Amino acid sequence: MTRLFASLLIALLSIGQVAQAQTGPLRIEITEGVIEPLPYAVPSFVAESPGSNQVSQDISRLVAEDLNGTGLFREIPASAHISTITLFGSPVQFADWKAINAQALITGGVTVSGNNLEVKFRVFDVFAGTELGSGLRYRGTVDGWRRMAHKVADEVYSRITGESGYFDSRVVFVSETGPKNDRKKRLAIMDYDGANLQYLTGSDDIVLAPRFSPGGDKLLYTSYETGFPQVYELNVASVRRKQLSSDGSTMSFAPRYSPDGKSVVMSVTEGGNTDLFKMDIGSGKRTRLTSTPSIETAPSFSPDGSQIVFESDRSGTPQLYVMGANGGDATRISFGQGRYGTPVWSPRGDLIAFTKQNKGRFHIGVMRTDGSDERLLTASFLDEGPTWAPNGRVIMFTRETRGADGVSALYSVDVSGRNLKRVRLNGGGSDPSWSPLQQ
Amino acid sequence: MTYWTKAALLMAGLALSACNDRGGFGSDNGYDDASAPGIEDGSASDPSSAAYFQQNVGDRVLFAIDQSTLSEEGRLAVLSQANWLMANPAFTAVIEGHADEQGTREYNLALGARRANAVQELLVSQGVAANRISTVSFGKERPIQVCSEESCYTQNRRAVTVLASGLTG
Repeated sequence: MTRLFASLLIALLSIGQVAQAQTGPLRIEITEGVIEPLPYAVPSFVAESPGSNQVSQDISRLVAEDLNGTGLFREIPASAHISTITLFGSPVQFADWKAINAQALITGGVTVSGNNLEVKFRVFDVFAGTELGSGLRYRGTVDGWRRMAHKVADEVYSRITGESGYFDSRVVFVSETGPKNDRKKRLAIMDYDGANLQYLTGSDDIVLAPRFSPGGDKLLYTSYETGFPQVYELNVASVRRKQLSSDGSTMSFAPRYSPDGKSVVMSVTEGGNTDLFKMDIGSGKRTRLTSTPSIETAPSFSPDGSQIVFESDRSGTPQLYVMGANGGDATRISFGQGRYGTPVWSPRGDLIAFTKQNKGRFHIGVMRTDGSDERLLTASFLDEGPTWAPNGRVIMFTRETRGADGVSALYSVDVSGRNLKRVRLNGGGSDPSWSPLQQ
Repeated sequence: MTYWTKAALLMAGLALSACNDRGGFGSDNGYDDASAPGIEDGSASDPSSAAYFQQNVGDRVLFAIDQSTLSEEGRLAVLSQANWLMANPAFTAVIEGHADEQGTREYNLALGARRANAVQELLVSQGVAANRISTVSFGKERPIQVCSEESCYTQNRRAVTVLASGLTG
């Protein structure tokens, strides 16, 4: 852990939740920055039909992986359990779970019938001796068991933190192979935890920076398939794509959807100069948003669609600016040392994540939308391109290592600066975009 | 088939090629790639060949950190390119702008476009027809040197004039 990290923690952390949870309702206040993860137990879900043994174990394991992976929860291993849960409907022996200091208990039952899968679960506040919320049941298919587990984990996370979860989500990114001077890039999509990887394009042409639509069913990305960077839209289910920008040898890149999904804001380069444009997807009509001799790129809408944050070097170095969604005057919001880029508005609307370059190092950071309270969450040779988890609590980004053998990988970090970790991935990856929660 | 491969094949067919830009990118050095079987190497001693342009005229200019203004050396190099292009009207060119890896992907794309444009503007100001010259930026996507030191970065901050036969333009 770096010094930067440690000092951030000191600045951010205030209280643990242990004492609080014993006197009030079971609750983790994420905004306070949790020092001590909440201890909980998730005994293997009860197999309620023949042949559901394996999947019930797999589901309860994945629920635990999701929760443990947040850094907010600490699982008490099964070897320490006193009680076992053999019937989903049996009364909970709270004393047995109290004795091992499990503050939360998750029980579940799984039924398999043909390819149909049913998962039900309950969450208990052990020290209060009560159920937290009420039992819930999900139905799906056996091969969709990972999504069912993620949905259970999302609900548990939500009941205990009061925030919506992010486990039943996907990430689209650029899969990378080959040496640095001949890197092959192709679009790929996977679950947020790296499972169910699927490639969406071949590796013949350079592809860059895919971005999910607000509904998660489409993507925008930049491809060199005509020889010049152009913006494409791709339907995730059908993997069919269409070119949105079609100006021959004009470059278009850095696209993002508006929150209503009807228009795209992007950079267009004409005569060597890069400005921002908005394009209506339906009509193809393009509106100029900026008109300066400087570089304007990396635009991102506010969640209410009223504003756009972007990167410009109009002051001499790349900095962050906010303007109205139809262009016009822009207000600079970054004033720290160094160069700022790739701003992304949080889905909660409260923060802007960005890339910062200072003294030969790169950082992922967050600031309020007026530029105040800047906090750097990471530091390395090259970190860039943040994307927000659907609940605005976690940021994923690209980290590239230095030198001839440098490779790109995806990392995630909590918005508090804690819980930095590498996303499980075979091969290299860059430019992640996190989907909304799946429906 | 892309524009790039078409252009490359045409050049090979005309036996003009000293082109080693298999992927369509500015070649890494000034020397012939003899690895392709059945393709005759272009002769750098033929002053109307792409090989001559690449090796004797010079196909690239380098830029200072974060800059897109041509240095005096760069300006002279582009003037030589302009003379050659005026004398060899059958060729078109794509100017490829590149950046080093320091900087975000998006910013570097825009910066590479500025660099390519600086070369294009000077060529056109010297009388090369504007419709013979197009530009594209690869940002930091295609470094030719892979170390993470200034000695490599200085080679990567470049604009490369890649010739194609006018027939494809």
